[in-house]
Amino acid sequence: MKASYKQWLTSLPQPSGLLEAIQRKSRKALLDMEIKLIEDDSWRLTNRKQLENLLKLPLDNSKAKQEINTNKGLARLPSKGFRLDLNGKSNCFDQDKLPTGFSVLNSKEIKTFIENQSKNNINPEHWSIAINNASSNHIIGLRIKGNDIPALELVMQAKEKEFIPTRILIIIEDKSDLELLEVLVGANKSGQSHMIDIYLGKESKLQHGLICSGRSESNFLANVIVNQEAFSTYNFTSVQYGYELGRLETHINQKDGNAKTNLNGLQVSTGNEQLATYSKIHFNGPEGHFDQLQKSTASKKSHCIFHGSINVPKIAQQTNASQLSKNLLLSKRAKIDTKPELKIIADDVKCTHGATISQLQEDEIFYLRSRGISAKQATSLLIEGYCKEILESLPVEASRWGILTQILTSIQE
Amino acid sequence: MIRENSELLIEITDLHASVEDQPILNGVNLKIKAGEIHAIMGRNGSGKSTLSKVIAGHPAYKVTSGSISFQGINLLELEPEDRARQGIFLGFQYPIEIPGVSNLEFLRVATNSRRKQLSHEELDTFEFEDVVREKLKIVQMDEAFLNRSVNEGFSGGEKKRNEILQMALLEPMVSILDETDSGLDIDALQIVAAGVNKLAKAETATLLITHYQRLLNEITPDFVHVMAAGKILKTGNKDLALELETSGYEWVDQEIKNEAGNS
Ligand SMILES: Nc1ncnc2c1ncn2[C@@H]1O[C@H](COP(=O)(O)OP(=O)(O)OP(=O)(O)O)[C@@H](O)[C@H]1O
Ligand SMILES: [Mg+2]
Repeated sequence: MKASYKQWLTSLPQPSGLLEAIQRKSRKALLDMEIKLIEDDSWRLTNRKQLENLLKLPLDNSKAKQEINTNKGLARLPSKGFRLDLNGKSNCFDQDKLPTGFSVLNSKEIKTFIENQSKNNINPEHWSIAINNASSNHIIGLRIKGNDIPALELVMQAKEKEFIPTRILIIIEDKSDLELLEVLVGANKSGQSHMIDIYLGKESKLQHGLICSGRSESNFLANVIVNQEAFSTYNFTSVQYGYELGRLETHINQKDGNAKTNLNGLQVSTGNEQLATYSKIHFNGPEGHFDQLQKSTASKKSHCIFHGSINVPKIAQQTNASQLSKNLLLSKRAKIDTKPELKIIADDVKCTHGATISQLQEDEIFYLRSRGISAKQATSLLIEGYCKEILESLPVEASRWGILTQILTSIQE
Repeated sequence: MIRENSELLIEITDLHASVEDQPILNGVNLKIKAGEIHAIMGRNGSGKSTLSKVIAGHPAYKVTSGSISFQGINLLELEPEDRARQGIFLGFQYPIEIPGVSNLEFLRVATNSRRKQLSHEELDTFEFEDVVREKLKIVQMDEAFLNRSVNEGFSGGEKKRNEILQMALLEPMVSILDETDSGLDIDALQIVAAGVNKLAKAETATLLITHYQRLLNEITPDFVHVMAAGKILKTGNKDLALELETSGYEWVDQEIKNEAGNS
């Protein structure tokens, strides 16, 4: 691991531009921490070899403008929103094409935000955040103001045998709301590092979906960093499948408590895939609400990992948090690791958590078969039923991406 | 209705079956012809549901010897789904709840797989909705049940009606109804019984598994079989059920003892 990782870091283009300082800092931090990473508990289960493959891929430094509302053989464009293709290769795009309600943050605003990141319970030296910080040359910042504004669709498409870092910052003003769908699309032997910073103002609301749709031997590391002011609502649904190595980390901070956070997640692994979700929520004030349902299904020789931690310090009295991890094991050789974790110091709180691992029920399959439904189709219906609960909480227009069909075919291949 | 020369639909010969090496069926013999209604009665645990599941092909039960043929073909060679497509229907004693799977979609996929077998055109979502609406009337079920997950949270009686709805949609040749009457209130029993009577045709047959005469008052059986210790101990006409109603199953113990003594 050591040598290739160092090599990869030194192969990155010279730090420059708006992110120059953070790039330098993170690269240095990464060099210093490489040993620690191996001991770090949150990386203990990670498929080291695949991670190494990811960190061998070269980063292409050519500049290309980001595009708005183009459709390169992907799902058709949203009808009640617009699409922005993030290619990680520049921060310029046709700003005139942005609908009302959206404006672009200037460099100064972005800089201030990044520099303040560490004040918001986020550790910029956390390994996968540092990877993005070290390699991202560009960042786009958007400010959202208003209600009933068009939905935003961000597409991050991988390229064969390339490593692409993408980074975006979204600030939602007080009392504003947004529907955001992000789609990571893998490519053969590709690597992606995606990071989104979200700031939710008072009484604002974000409906956020993240689809991570991999192809053979594609890999991604993603970080979703959310800071919520009081009385804001953050609803997040993530879906991962098809990546050889997938790792999503969500870091949520209710800055003054009093906010609502709902997380729904689905991981569908097959083949030799390893998909992981690590989520952390920190309540920095009282009366916060948190509800999480994480589902995984693992088939063939694949591996699903979930680690969710809920941090309720003294200041967070009357927090109401619940976390449930439900897992479906579809083969004897597949593996599931799940760890819901509560760290509670406050005494007047309502927190529950739990985890279940089950298999497809023979009686359910027989019931369907006894109605003329083939064993294969019965399995498919049951898995569909299992996944639907999560898929239904994605933004409505997510269905254009045909996720369910892709998931079901991936399992049956 | 018993007719001399009607087609033999099901023929079970000396059927033995076990679960986890535990024998449960110990030599069942049964013939069912088109147009007939059979009833199987018997104590709890005598093997009635096991027989029904073995006919439907439940993989947990292993047939150790004997045969089941359906219209002359060896049923035991067929997968459960193929048995269903050929026209075997099992109304479950305990219908299974399947969270997340829409009842409507389930019914449509099931109906289409049977239609395909019968060389009928498959129905799309819209066409199917019309068909299912008609069939709902037979069991007087509300359309709202279509939009729920299969049997999830259905009351006992609602689950049983959903079974009959499936029977109505699949138009089977042989319907085995395992305690479809249990858990039904008086009105529901009449609705379900009327449904079964309506669906019974000269070329199809029905096998009712029940504990109660009240069902047999609504659906008159041509034959009544008493099952005990994994086999059919006695066969009679509808009067046998009435007899059981008054005298219970005590005589069964004696018969089993006699039989053990004889062999
Ligand atoms: N899957 C199984 N595993 C273990 N034992 C079983 C299984 N299925 C059936 N049995 C046993 O076989 C016997 C017959 O069961 P079955 O369900 O066929 O009875 P039944 O006649 O339908 O009874 P009831 O009138 O109570 O419905 C019982 O002793 C039961 O416990
Ligand atoms: Mg029974």
